[in-house]
Amino acid sequence: MNYGIVLFHTTASAMQAQKLLTKAGLKGKLVPTPRQFSSDCGIALRFDWEQREQVESSLKSGKVDIAAVHRL
Amino acid sequence: MIYLDNAATSWPKPPEVLKAMTDSLERSGGNPGRSGHRLSIEAAMVVYETREEIASFFNSGDSMGVIFTSNATHALNLAIYGTLRPGDRVVTTSMEHNSVMRPLRDLEKKGVGLKVVPCARDGTLDLSEMAKAITPGTRLVVSVFASNVVGTIMPIAEIASIAHKAGALLLVDAAQAAGALPIDMQEMGIDLLAFTGHKALLGAPGSGGLVVRSGVDTSGITPLMRGGTGSQSELEEHPHFLPDKFESGTPNLVGIASLQAGIRWLKQRGIDAIRWQEKELTHELLEGLCNIPGTKTYGTLDPERCVAIVSFTAEGKTVSEIGLRLDEEHDVLVRVGLHCAPAAHRTIGSFPQGTVRLAPGVFTTRDEVHAAVKAIATVVSS
Repeated sequence: MNYGIVLFHTTASAMQAQKLLTKAGLKGKLVPTPRQFSSDCGIALRFDWEQREQVESSLKSGKVDIAAVHRL
Repeated sequence: MIYLDNAATSWPKPPEVLKAMTDSLERSGGNPGRSGHRLSIEAAMVVYETREEIASFFNSGDSMGVIFTSNATHALNLAIYGTLRPGDRVVTTSMEHNSVMRPLRDLEKKGVGLKVVPCARDGTLDLSEMAKAITPGTRLVVSVFASNVVGTIMPIAEIASIAHKAGALLLVDAAQAAGALPIDMQEMGIDLLAFTGHKALLGAPGSGGLVVRSGVDTSGITPLMRGGTGSQSELEEHPHFLPDKFESGTPNLVGIASLQAGIRWLKQRGIDAIRWQEKELTHELLEGLCNIPGTKTYGTLDPERCVAIVSFTAEGKTVSEIGLRLDEEHDVLVRVGLHCAPAAHRTIGSFPQGTVRLAPGVFTTRDEVHAAVKAIATVVSS
């Protein structure tokens, strides 16, 4: 499986993002931030890289404050 | 037993609140936002969903601006010490609780200009006096939403408009009002709202918060504490974004869960229905007291203009004697004395003896109020 990861500044944003993805019917899982990425917040959101566009637009429409998006 | 001390802390709590508290430990007992395993994430979700619940309940417009604190005092200290610097000017009312007055008196000694606008003997504020006091360049205006001594409701929207014209921020102490009155931060123009969870919001002691209205610039507000936030762990400097900037250390998950359940319970019951019921009970209390010879009741004596708080004294009896006899002989629980608000008691003319305070809550019945009035009549006349 190809995964992407969304990094956040604060845990509150990670929770907000998870809720939005669930609501939009997209797959997403909150995981400890992989150490290779400079961690802003200890919790990150892992998603299917194939759904990258839907995930990003969903987070954007929910005005989630995102630190970065990377491919795993 | 008749519990009329809901202004100190609400009792009993809805069963849903107790259940949410045990659930938070049993099911989501991790450290919120710290560890990333499922229990930590469950806990972080409880905290986050409570932020959303609070932002929506007060219509602040931004759940990231919900800062959890241990009570209203903590929230007020955060806002007051975070905002004011020596040389700044702050304006407040003479009806404030010591959770506002003591920080302001301390800052006054450290070079902050403080103006306390005197209120009338019924606790009401003359807006023209407020307007005269809020000079251009005033940094902060602090006002209680509803007095903890006589329940008098302040004209918050009007104060906000005066404050904003002068370029000042408005901080509101909603310790008694939150959960008892509808509060719309965006419509009323409240910039910072301090609340506690354990009074009319029906949560547990140790829960509370400071709500920052969407669009308010917090860059000039410094945190009260710095420490672990679960974010930017590689840095030894404290983060500057909300809510982490003002929240350090493991939060009170159990208290936050209780707050969420309390607010959901209130929404289900309906804040307007609760307000209507509390106005009825206040009316019954005021009417009952005015028929007892020798008693003096304070405040506006108008249930439309106060929350469910009634203060009285009785000729020839100390308030402590009345309180003790109500408890021991009649099972009626009230709070007597100065209620941590000497300025308010000076304003209404009951300093230093204080008053007997009666505060019904959402679970108080008319029968209980009638029985309490009868008990007061007995104690006062003998």
